Amino acid sequence: MTLIAADPATAAAPDTGMLPRPFEVRARRRELADCVTLEMAALDGRPLGFAPGQFTMLYVHGVGEIAISISGNPAEADTLVQTIRAVGAVSRALCELPEGQRLGVRGPLGKAWPVERALGKHLMVVAGGLGLAPTRPVIYWALANRDRLKSLDIVYGTRSPDQILYPQQLLGWSSAEGLRVGITVDRASEDWTGRVGVVTDLVPSMLRDPAETVAMVCGPEIMMRFAAQGLAAAGVPQDDIHLSLERNMKCGIGWCGHCQLGPHLICRDGPVFPYPAVRDLMTVWEL
Amino acid sequence: MDPAVVIPPQGLDDLIGILDAQGYEVLGVRETDGALELGPVTAAADLPRGRIEAAEAGSVRLVDGPRAAFFDHTLPMQGLKRVVYPAQERLYTTGPDLVAAEEPVEAPPRAILGVRPCDLAALDTLTAVFEGGPFVDTRFRQRREALLLIAVNCMRPAATCFCASMDSGPRAERGFDLAIDELIQAGRHVLVVTAGSARGQEILEQLPGEPAEEADLRAAREGSRACAEAQQRRLDEGVEGLLKRSYDHPHWAAVAERCLSCANCTLVCPTCFCGTVEDRSSLDGAEAERWRRWDSCFTLDFSYLHGGAVRGETASRYRQWITHKLAHWHDQFGRSGCVGCGRCIGWCPVGIDITAEAAALAASEGRSELSGEEI
Repeated sequence: MTLIAADPATAAAPDTGMLPRPFEVRARRRELADCVTLEMAALDGRPLGFAPGQFTMLYVHGVGEIAISISGNPAEADTLVQTIRAVGAVSRALCELPEGQRLGVRGPLGKAWPVERALGKHLMVVAGGLGLAPTRPVIYWALANRDRLKSLDIVYGTRSPDQILYPQQLLGWSSAEGLRVGITVDRASEDWTGRVGVVTDLVPSMLRDPAETVAMVCGPEIMMRFAAQGLAAAGVPQDDIHLSLERNMKCGIGWCGHCQLGPHLICRDGPVFPYPAVRDLMTVWEL
Repeated sequence: MDPAVVIPPQGLDDLIGILDAQGYEVLGVRETDGALELGPVTAAADLPRGRIEAAEAGSVRLVDGPRAAFFDHTLPMQGLKRVVYPAQERLYTTGPDLVAAEEPVEAPPRAILGVRPCDLAALDTLTAVFEGGPFVDTRFRQRREALLLIAVNCMRPAATCFCASMDSGPRAERGFDLAIDELIQAGRHVLVVTAGSARGQEILEQLPGEPAEEADLRAAREGSRACAEAQQRRLDEGVEGLLKRSYDHPHWAAVAERCLSCANCTLVCPTCFCGTVEDRSSLDGAEAERWRRWDSCFTLDFSYLHGGAVRGETASRYRQWITHKLAHWHDQFGRSGCVGCGRCIGWCPVGIDITAEAAALAASEGRSELSGEEI
């Protein structure tokens, strides 16, 4: 069994500066109506190793470059897997890239989920909507390190049943022994027999031993705010609650100033933060 | 350090000649279209001799000063930022194969004649941003390392100056190759030149001068001290904490009543480093160029995240700028982002004054504490 290095310093050496490396789309899978997963391979013979929680800057020729979290298995370094939602010019272009098409990649960048903190403890992954994509590498890691964790639980909330990301995988994980997957949707369809409500309502009931739990949270900012508040109120130590934040990034390496949240440059100091580092900032108007 | 040398004012032409012979492009302060700009100088006669700025919040005008000094003016509109970090530059060109051809860096040897201490400090600040993190901007570094810096210590402040309170002037202590003090006393006009590096020392030895006397060195230090004392504006040390306590302060709405969100302050600021990157494609789409250019936190687009801008209001954008500059910069780069050059005060079209806004916040905090006691 391989323990994936969670410290970016020990992950693959980052590339320098603003120059992308050529990658090729090897496979693409439509996940949702507006959402595609790309599997990409490096064309320069240097696979992109990464730690769970890191991101890349993906460049589409002639269109532009955006920051996207890595969603693949950190133990499978040969393939770069990223799930993209089409919300702007570059993400739309990424979602339309056919197999065999090239794109530019910089990274891996940013601070990783501190998975080593979960060793010997209960690990809870709390994801909202597309927030399951940046947390999936943690789940892969945790599944490979089950015997070193007390438990692994996944709490997932999304808008509606047809917006559930990676449904087959969630199903598979939910049948794994000792692993619980809680899913809730904001709005049910007629055939939905599961839970309806926000993910933050589901969190307390799924906590096993709050004081011995490490939580990793990713989703819309408002969801993370309430999830973190709920986890803390239930007794999860605030230092053991980690959030992955998002802001516009133009460089990803601390030079462009776009991704500031108060004192933090999210690309450099994050995107993963311990809750106390961002708790008070997340409630400030238009910060 | 080797002893300073005293040269006559004509020695400036010798200095420019030596720099030229050594292959430097010499940039100095020039008066152009009623403003001071950094531009090529080929002789001391190119310098704005005898001219000074009448600067105040919202206005910078050049007027005749009381004496024929070369360096009684203070600052060009922009500092060294655009020399080491161009307002726009092509990073690379690529075809659909995504094999990027990096744009070669233009970094000719440049000598900057008349860098003020605050602008030297600003270069240090930019260096911390672009070279101090996990990633080093080698394009910035090559341009910076190609500079020969000839500082001029300030003998008179503009009304907008407050470097003394930022500990970044008016006397340069380090970071220069040569430093000049211009002394005009009792009909005697000389330049005291000090070397700050081996390269500077080599040039100093070629200058036609005599070793400086203790009286000249004392006069130079006294001039700097008087310049510091004459400064009318200041920022207090507590400003970092003050701003971090003031995210939700009603004063931001009051500033927004005046602020045009025009980004002039970020353009003239010698440390504002924010940038963006954009694609420029050939008409047939076969080639794309990636360009980096300056950006400003005052634009609506700056904080755009799918769905809309995070900072939609001018109030939150002004708060971002001043709080980043004076408070969060400490967290990010271990120093203030402000060097007290005062450009943002003079070049703001509506005269918003960074020192006055900080003081207004401090004053209102004092008032609310007082009213708290009364309750």
